[in-house]
Amino acid sequence: MILARKFYSSKMKGLLVLTALFVAVFGKKTFEGDQVLRITAKNEAQIFLLKELSEQEHLGLDFWREPVHESLPVDVYVPFHSLQAVRVFLRYNQIQYNVMIMDVQDLLDDEEREMVKYRTIPRSTDDFVYTAYHDLNSIYSFMDMLVAENSNLVSKIVIGQSYENRPLNVLKFSTGANRPGIWFDTGIHSREWVTQASGIWFAKKIVTDYGRDPVLTDILNNYDIFLEIIANPDGFVYTHSNDRMWRKTRKPNPGSSCVGVDPNRNWEIGFGGPGASSNPCSQTYHGPSVHSEPEVKAIVDFVKSHGKLKAFLSIHSYSQMLLYPYGYTRTSAKDQVELHELARKAVSELQSLHNTAYTYGSVITTIYQADGITVDWTYEQGIKYSYTFELRDTGRYGFLLPADQIIPTAEETWLALMAIMEHTKNNPY
Amino acid sequence: MKVFCSLWLLLSLVKLSPAPPASQDPPFACRGAGDPAPPQPETPEDMASSGDLEPTHYPARRAATVALHQLNTRHGSPHRLFALQEVHKASAEDVAAGGRKYSLDFSVTDWASGSAGPALRCSAEVMFPGTERSSPDVQLRCEALQQINSTAQDHAFYQKYIAPESAVSAQHIPDSYGNVSEEMQPFWRLARVAASFIMLRESSENTEFNMAQVASVTQQESSEKQLMLEFVVLLHDLPSQEIVQWKLLASWSPDRGVRVLQTEWQPRCPHDTKPPN
Repeated sequence: MILARKFYSSKMKGLLVLTALFVAVFGKKTFEGDQVLRITAKNEAQIFLLKELSEQEHLGLDFWREPVHESLPVDVYVPFHSLQAVRVFLRYNQIQYNVMIMDVQDLLDDEEREMVKYRTIPRSTDDFVYTAYHDLNSIYSFMDMLVAENSNLVSKIVIGQSYENRPLNVLKFSTGANRPGIWFDTGIHSREWVTQASGIWFAKKIVTDYGRDPVLTDILNNYDIFLEIIANPDGFVYTHSNDRMWRKTRKPNPGSSCVGVDPNRNWEIGFGGPGASSNPCSQTYHGPSVHSEPEVKAIVDFVKSHGKLKAFLSIHSYSQMLLYPYGYTRTSAKDQVELHELARKAVSELQSLHNTAYTYGSVITTIYQADGITVDWTYEQGIKYSYTFELRDTGRYGFLLPADQIIPTAEETWLALMAIMEHTKNNPY
Repeated sequence: MKVFCSLWLLLSLVKLSPAPPASQDPPFACRGAGDPAPPQPETPEDMASSGDLEPTHYPARRAATVALHQLNTRHGSPHRLFALQEVHKASAEDVAAGGRKYSLDFSVTDWASGSAGPALRCSAEVMFPGTERSSPDVQLRCEALQQINSTAQDHAFYQKYIAPESAVSAQHIPDSYGNVSEEMQPFWRLARVAASFIMLRESSENTEFNMAQVASVTQQESSEKQLMLEFVVLLHDLPSQEIVQWKLLASWSPDRGVRVLQTEWQPRCPHDTKPPN
């Protein structure tokens, strides 16, 4: 004990001298240069020293883990002005430590950036954070901002209401009247978050490139583009509030405790066949009848009343595939050869950007039999260039694709969309 | 609704637990009036007749996925996890008692070594027996694959977490936004290796399994120098689009690799799930 006291007093003197040299600069509300150290005491004497250190108030230390016993680490927050003194003290007493947090301000800045991403209300579509996933309200606000900023090019059409009475918003990009049209939808299956996120990016891309990119400008001078970014808003809200893995609509099913219908099995083409389920609890439940879901009916009505859509691209994830009709039958589509060749070209364009590999073919041969799907119906309506996309990835993250892949995914997919749109424009029918 | 669902859950637990479904029936406890539809087996025309298969189409891909699950059960580790890169060639033939045997030539990559990792060439025979509830049989050969070649990273990971006071516990890996912390990456991979035992066992020509998320990982007390981990995993089956939940207990060490000791299928009520984090 006496030895320890002697040990203590000489060491502490050294410390006091050193700390006297470093006068605290209080009052600055920044944490630049501050660090967090993890100290490993190897005996009781060292613990004793650390306890004494903790009582030096002028150092401004904050022990996140108090010195208790030599088998337990001691974590201490050290403000920049005390760092040198503390380090010298530890070295002098041969107390081992390592730096757990190099710079607290950096950490706070990162955290702030993350928080800002999710909480700041952007004032324009240039402010909008494309590298993060957003909720319904943010995306609907984005749409309104985009329209306001580009009112000569973009308008918003409400094609119907979801089961829970949310507006089904479609952005219309148009440079003239009575044009044939091209349709994209994203998010019809709500858990496929990279699709809605890509839809936002596509919308911004279109307004950015019109007047700058000759191919897109030419397309828009001849065709309208319709983009439904959130084709299943009720499901989308549910993925945020309750179940990240929710796929279907949110309409209750009479006589069942299970909710929802698969909006991509609800179309009037091969409806109710083996490529869909008749069980309301199933993820591929086709629903009580064709077009029973308001989300589906709204698109059906729109397509029929427009009458001049020439390409229809329904965007899903995941699997990295580009698929054309049919899903309900093995009989080849009449235009199979052309659709296959166009798919090959679109996939080649896509791959050219980030080397992302896609497979392509008809739905039924490439992925699985699926009855009552969107693009089978639109194809039968006479929209020749009807395709389903399955975006990134192939299963590593699946539906939970990290946000830093949103833009690469959107960028590469856009090249495929452009290839299809350009072909549509060059092959009018 | 909630009461109804809880009641069903209780009843399903009280009853002899149903045999884990080899199909992708919707959660047992969430059946409404009427039984769940059986999985949608492809119609006879869907399965290509014996002979060469298109490598990019689903029959070949599903069989290759099964071979991949086998590969991961044998060689997966916290720092090694294989993914299917490409099927080069595939063929299938009918075999005795209604079974079907696939011959495959394919390449895999190691996710842990990033997208720049080299591809490994493999060949396999995958036999799906004729009986609905039997697991497939896989014969697999891959080039340049040592039996259990644990890396320095595996050893460091082992040393860190075999310590008696280690008590890892985490949820939602990845989280809703796709984030996986550095620390959780090896646990994520381990979960996937352990899940591969289940995916392999549950596979048929009508399934294509993937692990969608680790709902939770809870470290148990180490036993016989093995890391013991309890996982709850969500599997995604592509054809049925179902999310299937399994709880499992797995052990791992660099020497013995992953072993799965217990598995338990868990009902997942669509309207009674926890909110995502």
